[in-house]
Amino acid sequence: MELNKDQATMSENNKPQDPDPRFACEGCSVLLDVNDGDRLVFARLSGGAILKIGNKNYSLKPMIGAPFGSLFQVESGDEGSFLSRILPVKQENKSNNVIDDSRDNRELVDNNEAQNLTGEEIEAMRREGAKGDEIIEALIANSKTFEKKFQLSQEKYLLKKQKKYAPKVLLRRPFARSICEAYFKKYPERIGFLRVDALSLLLTMANVTAYSDVLVVDMVGGLVTGAVAERLGGTGYVCNTYKGNSPSSVEMVRMFNFSDKVIKRIVQSSINELSSAKTVSPEENNQQERVCNAEININEPSTSDIVEETSVTAEAMVVDIVAPESKIIKAPKAGAKASKEAIEMWQENGFSSLIMAAQDQDPWSLAKDVLPLLSCSAPFAIYHQYLQPLATCMHNLQQGKMAINLQITEPWLREYQVLPSRTHPHMQMSSFGGYVLSGIRISTT
Amino acid sequence: MLPTESKKAVSFKRYIEDGDLVIVYERHDVMKPVVVSEGDVLQNRFGVYKHSDWIGKPLGTKVFSNKGKFVYLLAPTPELWTLVLSHRTQILYIADISFVVMYLEVVPGCIVLESGTGSGSLSTSFARAVAPTGHVYSFDFHEQRAASAREDFEKTGISNLVTVEVRDIQGQGFPEKLSGLADSVFLDLPQPWLAVPSAAKMLKEDGVLCSFSPCIEQVQRTCEVLRSDFIEIRTFEVLLRTYEVKEVKVDTGNMIGESHDDYNGGLRPCKRKHRSKEDGAVSLDSSSNATSVVMARPCSEARGHTGYLTFARLQCLS
Repeated sequence: MELNKDQATMSENNKPQDPDPRFACEGCSVLLDVNDGDRLVFARLSGGAILKIGNKNYSLKPMIGAPFGSLFQVESGDEGSFLSRILPVKQENKSNNVIDDSRDNRELVDNNEAQNLTGEEIEAMRREGAKGDEIIEALIANSKTFEKKFQLSQEKYLLKKQKKYAPKVLLRRPFARSICEAYFKKYPERIGFLRVDALSLLLTMANVTAYSDVLVVDMVGGLVTGAVAERLGGTGYVCNTYKGNSPSSVEMVRMFNFSDKVIKRIVQSSINELSSAKTVSPEENNQQERVCNAEININEPSTSDIVEETSVTAEAMVVDIVAPESKIIKAPKAGAKASKEAIEMWQENGFSSLIMAAQDQDPWSLAKDVLPLLSCSAPFAIYHQYLQPLATCMHNLQQGKMAINLQITEPWLREYQVLPSRTHPHMQMSSFGGYVLSGIRISTT
Repeated sequence: MLPTESKKAVSFKRYIEDGDLVIVYERHDVMKPVVVSEGDVLQNRFGVYKHSDWIGKPLGTKVFSNKGKFVYLLAPTPELWTLVLSHRTQILYIADISFVVMYLEVVPGCIVLESGTGSGSLSTSFARAVAPTGHVYSFDFHEQRAASAREDFEKTGISNLVTVEVRDIQGQGFPEKLSGLADSVFLDLPQPWLAVPSAAKMLKEDGVLCSFSPCIEQVQRTCEVLRSDFIEIRTFEVLLRTYEVKEVKVDTGNMIGESHDDYNGGLRPCKRKHRSKEDGAVSLDSSSNATSVVMARPCSEARGHTGYLTFARLQCLS
């Protein structure tokens, strides 16, 4: 209870007009890491927001005002179980000499009789308000085999029980990195199987930095747009361009906790608008008009956005229970139409770089239209989940002498378990994170 | 190199001026950094190029030598710079650099600490990520290396974003004055575990640390020390596979195994781009049973190991 008081004072100190990005304020987007990466869930913090773990719902209220990086654990009280902030215990470096452990699994028999406690007994303990740790202790005391287990299996056993009876939730700040990881884990197809290492390559290869004007073709839900905006920090522009009449959705931008200053730098404009010559011929005028008419429809995809988002959150098991309207602080909407001045500036100077991540589109047919919008010597990076269309695109760019320093690369990422005497690569890994074609635009004259 | 003021943005600065740093591009594996100087010339196997011919030309264009051969003049980027800088030490390459910057959650305005400075390849990418308001503090115990790095940062125009200091981080730790100010810390040291306690002091709560080590034993020891103050300790290895793209004649007829010895014999790993034109020409005199197809395959050789990247997040105790 004392902890809660602390949090209250913390949120009071947090001036609403200038929220410290290192604290989770009401209305901001947060990433919840349940049990050390087992589950990653996005939520918008409000008094009514709920996180479901197992078959129980937990209010996210205790998280409001807490610093990012805080750890929460399920605790039981008079009014049922709730999330409570815990401070990690400083672990002393125990020299666990695993090599000398000679126990093994020769006496383990898989007959389901190892545990003396029954499910009913455990449930009864819970009802009486036993803490997760106490249940785990009881489980160990009543296990016939625990003492005989190899030290490593003991640790594994403990971890398994902790996850079940005393789940932990880590409050994380959403960054391009964590958003990409969360989506890649849960809905990789929505982001075109763009893995975090491939995303980082795109940003590097396109030389994204403050004050640059980055052209993107984002058909991966706004992940690339958001990642670029994060690197621009409220300077320059990220312009999301599209073929035809309707811009693609960039709803994922809302997962980032962008300030209005950053949001304002996220704009969109069709390829036609960007490439139409400055002296507009009547014919082109017509074309522009058609595009303008199409703009009115922008709001339509955005309604489907909302549906999409609720489905994301619903599946992620975060339910925004009827919070009073006024309490919900809506994230501002990104992706306004690029201003005429901005478009003229880009027509004059060209964009400083390009990132394409267009699922289900032929990279060459897009690239031949958008590459000329770049200034000379501008780097570009094209993502695709299939190799062949990128190979063709690269070949055509060479033939047309449109670019140099062309290269197709595929990142490979392997994670390791590092433990005393037990270090090895993870048993399961992602074997594919996409292909990237990179190069530098040159003057064709 | 970086458009830290809107006026200097690459897309605004299109014409080469006296004093500019440009990258002279011959081939994807032959590039050279050159500071443009009115009376100077560049000499290579293709002849002599007068700098005075370059001034006023837009970046990304061809310039010709006295023998009529051309090179491209490119705007410097941290990536091109990584390819052309003088290697005073083993450097980090694009896959590791990209991953580190992203995983350390470096965004504009961040304070990043780094040791050692080495050849300054990673520092340049950190500078790009923290610009325009953040700062990179880089430390190296090697006085001369630090001085050379400083000179390089002057040359690439990022010295306002990077401060290089001579200091033995393993022995002395990071300077007290930076305590609690760092958003991210990067260690590339032979015994990183010695610097971990100091790094923890420098970091803001929830800040991220990365340690780069080529050997797993180093990772092992570092992780043991990290466990006392850090959470989310994760170790990765990231590599790149590159592909060569060629237009090749494939036999679509029934006569298998006829006169196509030149397909594989002629291919050399990774030497893709400059050949494909000739290959394209070859494909024109196709016989009735052969068609030209653009195909890709991984290059036969690749960097097999650079180092292990260990990331960890400072516990939040407040």
